[in-house]
Amino acid sequence: MIEVKNLYKSFDGREVLKDINAVFEDGKTNLIIGQSGSGKTVLIKNLVGLFEPTSGQILYDGRDFVGMSKTEKVHMRREMGMIFQSAALFDSLTVLENVMFPLDMFSTMNLRERQRRAMDCLDRVNLVGAEEKYPGEISGGMQKRVAIARAIALNPKYLFCDEPNSGLDPKTSLVIDDLLHSITQEFNMTTIINTHDMNSVMGIGENIIFIYEGNKEWQGVSSQIMNSTNKKLTDFIFASDLLKEMREAVTHQHKA
Amino acid sequence: MVKLLHNWLTTFGKFIILMGRTFSVPERFRMFWKQYVKEMAQLGINSIGIVLLISFFIGAVICIQMKLNIQSPWMPRWVSGYTTREIMLLEFSSSIMCLILAGKVGSNIASEIGTMRVTQQIDALDIMGVNSACYLILPKILGMLTIMPLLVIFSSAMGIVGAYGTAYIAHIIVPDDLTLGLQHSFQPWFVWMSIIKSLFFAFIISAVPSYFGYTVEGGSVNVGKASTDAVVSSSVLILCSDVFLTQLLS
Repeated sequence: MIEVKNLYKSFDGREVLKDINAVFEDGKTNLIIGQSGSGKTVLIKNLVGLFEPTSGQILYDGRDFVGMSKTEKVHMRREMGMIFQSAALFDSLTVLENVMFPLDMFSTMNLRERQRRAMDCLDRVNLVGAEEKYPGEISGGMQKRVAIARAIALNPKYLFCDEPNSGLDPKTSLVIDDLLHSITQEFNMTTIINTHDMNSVMGIGENIIFIYEGNKEWQGVSSQIMNSTNKKLTDFIFASDLLKEMREAVTHQHKA
Repeated sequence: MVKLLHNWLTTFGKFIILMGRTFSVPERFRMFWKQYVKEMAQLGINSIGIVLLISFFIGAVICIQMKLNIQSPWMPRWVSGYTTREIMLLEFSSSIMCLILAGKVGSNIASEIGTMRVTQQIDALDIMGVNSACYLILPKILGMLTIMPLLVIFSSAMGIVGAYGTAYIAHIIVPDDLTLGLQHSFQPWFVWMSIIKSLFFAFIISAVPSYFGYTVEGGSVNVGKASTDAVVSSSVLILCSDVFLTQLLS
């Protein structure tokens, strides 16, 4: 479980995150949603330690991440996996070498065990057969799946995903969502997904946090969104005419 | 002026901090060796061709210039060979060759690391708990330091081959006169001086572009700018340190 308490983050005096309090639970896909520029990525970067919070606490199963020494943070990071918006695969390494990288770096397994573990991870994301290809030779969706395989290679306790569906078609997005959701349950990880993809929100959002201009505006589950009275949330979720009509239809049905 | 000094000191301070992170014990020596060998091949071995080519022609041109402009009946017949050897050994094979490598290797390093930064590959390393500076930069610096003495020796040797080319192919100088000049008053210390200077330059060529690449912010335009800044800065540093090192080692 990850707890965020009174988190603030400023850049050159400009407050980007203001008094964020949130709990991200184990075995659940926790979603951070919000408009572009609302502070979602800054929040996730604070959580993984790429940014230092201006003030506040981040507790990983009770362990204060902000107050840790550099060495403690390095050890803590070995319990984390992260999937970046751009996949961030190493260009010079093959798909298999990318997945093996964290194992090569931190595991005590021999070469054959590391290869077997990497192949298991690739199998889990349905990428067996692509192991000898380079990141530049595979599609964006496949790159994301390789990034997922690399992130889970060391069995992390915490998985962070920064807009994993960006740049993907709706069908591939669903595949990635299902994969993240099933992996979260399978390994009982604390997964935090940063997204503004409404399919993800409605499909896999077990704990949703809505950030608006750096403030936590709303928290709930996907089923509560339809009936929410928070105007900022509904304006964001039902931005398109099609979704507005759908919502009205559902509300109408409920009343009838 | 004060702002310029402040910026320069800030950059220098950041460079020192980055080098502090770079020169730490690698997490896995197995991975470090893999990177070290790869960098030696990529930065050093792949530069041998250009070094040999340039050294051959510069050796030939220096020999021709010396023969045509310095050699006269009043001068001993070994002068052309002697001056060709001294120029190649003392300046070209160490300083000028490193200036050329600053362009080739420096831009390669800055753009490679810069691209890794803007595509979040360095962030990915940091989140895994890898010391990204040590993993990416240390093998480049040590690889260049290892391979540079070889490049200096190859360059000097090829320069002399180029000089012999003018003697045997173009018949500009008598080969015996050239041999006499090359052997005249030879000081082995000059070879060591050239190698010592090149080690300092090897550090500049690898560390300065690494800094510019590692600290790049933004997108591809900034990577290009970092690459240019890296080549300019390392070239200026090589020229400045050449003055001090020549004075110090002579």
